[in-house]
Amino acid sequence: MLGLSLREVSAALKQGQVSPMELCQKCLSLIKETKFLNAYITVAEEKALKQAEESEKRYEKGQALGVLDGIPVAVKDNFSTAGIETTCASSMLKGYIPPYNATVVQKLLDQGAVLLGKTNLDEFAMGSGSTDGIFGPVRNPWSYSKQYREKRKQSHHRADEDSNWLITGGSSGGSAAAVSAFTCFAALGSDTGGSTRNPAALCGLVGLKPTYGLVSRYGLIPLVNSMDVPGILTRCVDDAAIVLGVLAGHDPKDSTTTQDPVGPFILPILRDVSKLCIGIPKEYNVPELSSEMQAFWSKAADLFASKGAKVVEVSLPHTSYSIVCYHVLCTAEVASNMARFDGLEYGHRCNVNVSTEAMYAATRREGFNDVVRGRILSGNFFLLRENYDDYFVKAQKVRRLIANDFVKVFNSGVDVLLTPTTLSDAVPYLEFIKEDNRTRSAQDDIFTQSVNMAGLPAVNVPMALSSQGLPVGLQLIGRAFSDQQLLTVAKWFEEQVQFPVIQLQELVDNCPTFSQHEKLGLVSLKRNLSKTKDWRYYGESKRKKLGPCRTNTFSQIKIKTNFTSHFGF
Amino acid sequence: MAAPILRCARPGRCWSLDYRPRRSRALFAEPVPGRVRGQSSAAAQEPRPGAHEWAAVVGLEIHAQISSNSKLFSGSQVTFLAPPNSLVSFFDASLPGTLPVLNRRCVEAAVMTGLALNCTVNKKSLFDRKHYFYADLPAGYQITQQRLPIAVNGSLTYSLGVGAQWSPSATKTVRIKQIQLEQDSGKSLHDDTRSQTLIDLNRAEGQLRVDANVSVHHPGEPLGVRTEVKNLNSIRFLAKAIDYEIQRQIEELQNGGKILNETRAFDEKLGCTVSMRDKEGKQDYRFMPEPNLPPLILYDAESLPVAADPQQVVNIDWIRERLPELPSVTRGRLVEQYGILPEHSFVLLNEDGLLEFFQTVMKETRAEPKKVIGWILTIFLGYLKQRNLAVSESPLSPSSLAELLNLLDSKVISLPAAKQVFEELWQNQGKTPGQIIREKKLELLQNQEELEEICQAVLAKHPQQVMAVKNGNQKVVNKLIGIVRRATGGRADPGRIKQILEKQLQ
Repeated sequence: MLGLSLREVSAALKQGQVSPMELCQKCLSLIKETKFLNAYITVAEEKALKQAEESEKRYEKGQALGVLDGIPVAVKDNFSTAGIETTCASSMLKGYIPPYNATVVQKLLDQGAVLLGKTNLDEFAMGSGSTDGIFGPVRNPWSYSKQYREKRKQSHHRADEDSNWLITGGSSGGSAAAVSAFTCFAALGSDTGGSTRNPAALCGLVGLKPTYGLVSRYGLIPLVNSMDVPGILTRCVDDAAIVLGVLAGHDPKDSTTTQDPVGPFILPILRDVSKLCIGIPKEYNVPELSSEMQAFWSKAADLFASKGAKVVEVSLPHTSYSIVCYHVLCTAEVASNMARFDGLEYGHRCNVNVSTEAMYAATRREGFNDVVRGRILSGNFFLLRENYDDYFVKAQKVRRLIANDFVKVFNSGVDVLLTPTTLSDAVPYLEFIKEDNRTRSAQDDIFTQSVNMAGLPAVNVPMALSSQGLPVGLQLIGRAFSDQQLLTVAKWFEEQVQFPVIQLQELVDNCPTFSQHEKLGLVSLKRNLSKTKDWRYYGESKRKKLGPCRTNTFSQIKIKTNFTSHFGF
Repeated sequence: MAAPILRCARPGRCWSLDYRPRRSRALFAEPVPGRVRGQSSAAAQEPRPGAHEWAAVVGLEIHAQISSNSKLFSGSQVTFLAPPNSLVSFFDASLPGTLPVLNRRCVEAAVMTGLALNCTVNKKSLFDRKHYFYADLPAGYQITQQRLPIAVNGSLTYSLGVGAQWSPSATKTVRIKQIQLEQDSGKSLHDDTRSQTLIDLNRAEGQLRVDANVSVHHPGEPLGVRTEVKNLNSIRFLAKAIDYEIQRQIEELQNGGKILNETRAFDEKLGCTVSMRDKEGKQDYRFMPEPNLPPLILYDAESLPVAADPQQVVNIDWIRERLPELPSVTRGRLVEQYGILPEHSFVLLNEDGLLEFFQTVMKETRAEPKKVIGWILTIFLGYLKQRNLAVSESPLSPSSLAELLNLLDSKVISLPAAKQVFEELWQNQGKTPGQIIREKKLELLQNQEELEEICQAVLAKHPQQVMAVKNGNQKVVNKLIGIVRRATGGRADPGRIKQILEKQLQ
């Protein structure tokens, strides 16, 4: 039941096959059982059960509010939730309970969705691993999947070594882990430089970054206002479209949202892709891209071509400046946005009271981690009068060039761009933390952040499993406000690749390091999973039309030659 | 704020300076020397041409609050003297995740001000963040319009008054550099005994705040280093602070000292400016575009999109058509229409509600405008000032005054009686002048026969005086008039008494 799509579970609720209360309780117990994933910061059990109860009453009266009525969802802990602690995984906001709901949260609740809790992230969403929040790192559910474990056995790793668990990616890793481990049906993330798409790729999920201005940011605690977008994490493209349909549209509280009518986001089934033009940006073929990743990218391009789509190599010439440009713009806005955390009105306050200034300094020193403080310092440096023109203004100009790159490509007839989402599949935590946050963020956002600069819609679609048995996703980028078209193409792609479902039933046996409590939890997870009749939980995906998982076949092929061979340029 | 420039201004009358928690800021600039001080001191150390002369350059930054029902960037209400922190939205408290939403009414007020001050209204303007840490600035930054403000390059022509004398011919023009919409900070209440500061996020309640930039130089030489005197909250203090600062700078320079580019405060008790030590370290406001507000686009009749929702757009031409008559035009019209003195027209406009009071009286009275203005400016305004009342609080209605002036004009009562009635009207609200006159028997004796009888009786009782007159001492007539007036209880018109007496004495 927990693996159903939104439409399926909605139908099950309507037909009375399951009640909102049952569904909510199942999710809540699964959250407890998978506590070791550290996906949730706050579980709003009482509130969720109350919402489920109300939903149940509505179903009994035949007055369901909408397609999400009674469906459990989770929200990243940087969205304001009335009456539920909202921490941004920072000491600065520990204990802060907002008096209002973010517009996106309110829209979910208005549809009758059941809000299970708040998910883990990097402090103030600054990071690409979901490893740098005060509540500790999030573990990637795929670390415990049968697929990954078996591959590790084959490559003579000790299968029981738990220390090698994988990161989820970030910064919306908690939301990704929550959806991936079936603890909820959809989750909200946020996406400033790739924070939704990156963990979606590493956790085998659909991760949608809508067009800037399509979805309200009111109540999203900002990282970079001019790039932040609420993101959607689901297990299939249709689910993402349904959630987008609920969230999209003008919000009088957010002046940057579009005033034009939006939607509907119902996705047609695309049968003919021959009129479609797919662009492959050559600048995305960077040396850091793993050869395996490169092969999948190439394979995906081949797939489009083989079904009749026009696939062309395109150029986004200013891509290489994106990272440094992002660094300046991001830190400048961070410096500004973080100024309000001074210990006066809300959040952490230090014990120093010799002067207001001393109180500010100590509060901010105690409340923010090194990453946040570092960005505040850089940002303030870039905004100084003598530096403003050399850094901020230049970065804005570069941003314009990057955005224009996309405009030019789309004006040339390209409908959708196809790129990798990440450089590789998920890496173990111990390996990940060898580099500092800044280096990692710069590396990991390489394919995703220029989309935020340009405000475009982009989506990660899981494609296949890597040679390690881990998810690999590709990114599709569309024109501004062409979210529906983008998702339609994504849905076609999803249908073609038949990404396998995560198999978590082996989890217990392979995790000897868990505490007894955690083991019990996992046993019941296993039970839950085996009870269901949904094929998604079981093994062998019936969707191996392409056989794309045998990655070694393709890993040797250089992506460039591949394009050349097919399209003659 | 480039080189020192004279920014000087009288706030336009349409810009109500009331207690509202958001403001528009106007920078007024004039490049001509404002106050030129002859330097009488013979101790000038380097005598050279022009060295004895100093020119001062003054620029003003005026913070005036917009009359609107809700705040500039939030929907929370604006009410004068509301309990502290009772009108604070989540945005006003800078709760994380909240966003500013621009108040249309404030934009319209700023456009109107721009038009009234002959500015170029920018069809596109931008918002910026100005950063500094202060307890009453909860976001750590203030949203303002630094780079591209809503209106620029205006001017205001005004007449110069020296002391009580107005010389309407001495008109001057100040240049207005820019008008910008700006969020107000909160209000800090310092409790020194408990070393606490309390913050009221309803926003500040100062009706007018002016920062004055002042520098001095010798004419023909480059402009001097300027200082900024901050937070002047009355016109009187503003003038005092500028005068003091000019004098201080001249003395400093003459003694071989230097002027620092610093922020100063005006000590109202001591009447001098002092350096604000806490801001000695140069502030860098780290301006940055406000990313949550799109560019503010204004339209005119030509550029207005056809299908535009009138609630969503601001049309400059529409506002221009609804611009009320500007004060200078009103003053000119008053002088022309009523033949009153220019200085009187200033008083009528500067006192809130007085013009309307005057015009209502004028509509309802036959009395000469000059008489009416005399009554209103000396007697009526005198009463108000004595009691510290606004025109709107006057117990006397314009209609009552008009009636009183009519009765005086048609000689139903004498001038002293009219003043007595005025006093009565002030004390006894609800009574008409007519009622008071009847009750107090203040009307002039109109009956000729009765008057003649009284005169006859007086003459009969004062044969000595009658003889004196007949002997050619005309002064005694006045004495007799006085006696007759006393006999009538002050109700007879002296002119008429004189006529009758003269006739009877022949």
